[in-house]
Amino acid sequence: MIRFDNVSKRYDNGFEALSRINFLVEPGEMLFLTGHSGAGKSTLMKLIMQMEKPSNGQITVDGQDLNRMPSSQVPYYRRNIGVVFQNHQLLFDRSVFDNVALPLQIAGLPHHEIGRRVRAALDKVSLLEKERLNPIVLSGGEQQRVGIARAVVNKPTMLLADEPTGNLDPELSEEIMTLFRQFNEVGVTILIASHDVELLKRMNKRILGLVEGKLVHDGVLW
Amino acid sequence: MKSKRPSVTQNRTRPSTGATRGASVTRRPERPPEPDANRQQGAVQRKRGFTDKFDAYMAHHSTSAIDSLLRLLATPFQSLMTWLVIAIAVAIPAALYIGFANLQQLGENWEGSSQVSVFLRPETSDAKAEDMRTKLAARADIAKVVYVSPAQGLAEFKAQSGLGEVVDSLEKNPLPGTLLVTPRLQNGSDAAITSLEQSLLADPAVADVRLDMQWVKRLQQLMMLGKKMVFGLGGLLALGVLLVIGNTIRLSIENRRDEILVVKLVGGTDSYVARPFLYTGLWYGIGGGLLALIVLGIGFYWVSSTAEQLAALYQSNFRLQGLGFFGSMQLVLLAGLTGLLGAWIAVVRHLIQIQPR
Repeated sequence: MIRFDNVSKRYDNGFEALSRINFLVEPGEMLFLTGHSGAGKSTLMKLIMQMEKPSNGQITVDGQDLNRMPSSQVPYYRRNIGVVFQNHQLLFDRSVFDNVALPLQIAGLPHHEIGRRVRAALDKVSLLEKERLNPIVLSGGEQQRVGIARAVVNKPTMLLADEPTGNLDPELSEEIMTLFRQFNEVGVTILIASHDVELLKRMNKRILGLVEGKLVHDGVLW
Repeated sequence: MKSKRPSVTQNRTRPSTGATRGASVTRRPERPPEPDANRQQGAVQRKRGFTDKFDAYMAHHSTSAIDSLLRLLATPFQSLMTWLVIAIAVAIPAALYIGFANLQQLGENWEGSSQVSVFLRPETSDAKAEDMRTKLAARADIAKVVYVSPAQGLAEFKAQSGLGEVVDSLEKNPLPGTLLVTPRLQNGSDAAITSLEQSLLADPAVADVRLDMQWVKRLQQLMMLGKKMVFGLGGLLALGVLLVIGNTIRLSIENRRDEILVVKLVGGTDSYVARPFLYTGLWYGIGGGLLALIVLGIGFYWVSSTAEQLAALYQSNFRLQGLGFFGSMQLVLLAGLTGLLGAWIAVVRHLIQIQPR
């Protein structure tokens, strides 16, 4: 599903965020990416999302070589990836429903189909009764769940989450993780960046450990 | 940091969470993220017909169009200011254009009268003049000759100039007898006219020869010059409109930066992101154009009565011509296209640069 071959990323200011990263993620896998802040977790996510280009090496996602993808193809590529951000990136000028509907509107789905899928996604994260509200009035955990609903509403084959439980308490993070596990059970490949060691222990999944841009660990716990 | 506090209590005290989850398990077969359903749906999605895609495309066009218009109307004062700026920039060259079009129409009325006025010496008798008239009328290069005697000329002048009393007070008729010669010209070439003028001047009874053509030509040249200036001014003001709209769109792009980033992250294409802004530009242009029409209408109404009074004084049935329906539509369309172009420039320059980082 995701393959990194000798991938390095050096920013224009000379900072090497990632150096010679190699790993392979199978379809349907759920794994974690961990490391201190600045270790390169976000950069790795951005490379997969095509928000950054690698300086070296090759990234293959779902059989596509990202280096060879024309920039006009990038939007269509991104539609197959759901992203959950630490700061949820919700739009506060529209309702919860419209936030979740955004990827479907962009993909050009018919109106009735959008309504059906948005409600299914909101039901999944138990926020169906709040679809009319503005996300600004929701709690942090609820906002994060709206973000998750938006990430999965287009039925992506892959889900990326950057510190999805970053500022949530353990109970709420557990709730979010349960959601991710449920999506994984139905075949979605999930990559979660997190530095929450307790959470990683509890989940007991494969972990990629980054230290100063190098991959120092690949496997279950250590 | 936003509101962790209420969320905790809310989620802890909500018994429904578990129940919902339990329910969701039992209802799982109809859940969207089912692996089989997922694949099937994906296939269906890919197979979605061209008509569906086209419908969605058109739907986004209409929602973008309506949304952007509503956004403009949501800040009426600000939008009105922009519209007024555009309206003024559009109305000025349009008004000048209308003015010149009317002058040209006047000129065209006179163009047919390529008359040559032959003024006779005051001592020339009516009989002698009549004799000249028949001789001239027989010439091949002359179509028609009319003799206007000094008495006739005075009567005409009295009737047309509105200076009747002044004329009455004159002791002696100051007007010479005049032969109005209409040349027979295929193309009205200057050389033919000049040679005619020379031959007419050769007659000792002729005091002076005036070519009415010449000043019509001068007027035409002046109007050509004026028209060029109107187009130049119009071009400059259109550039101004482009800059105003471009800048306004740039600001609204900056205002919606977060939204643009999110849309691009969830797979919005550049044209999808650009569409609402292009419509905003179109609305600015069309709104400005319509406002310009109103301004022109008021100006036209204000000027036309005066112009008609003036025309009446000159015994002319001249009427001020406005833009007309098609002209008005063209003006609005042109303003709309200028707005669209301005927005497009802003979009190309700024929107494409906003990339998720």
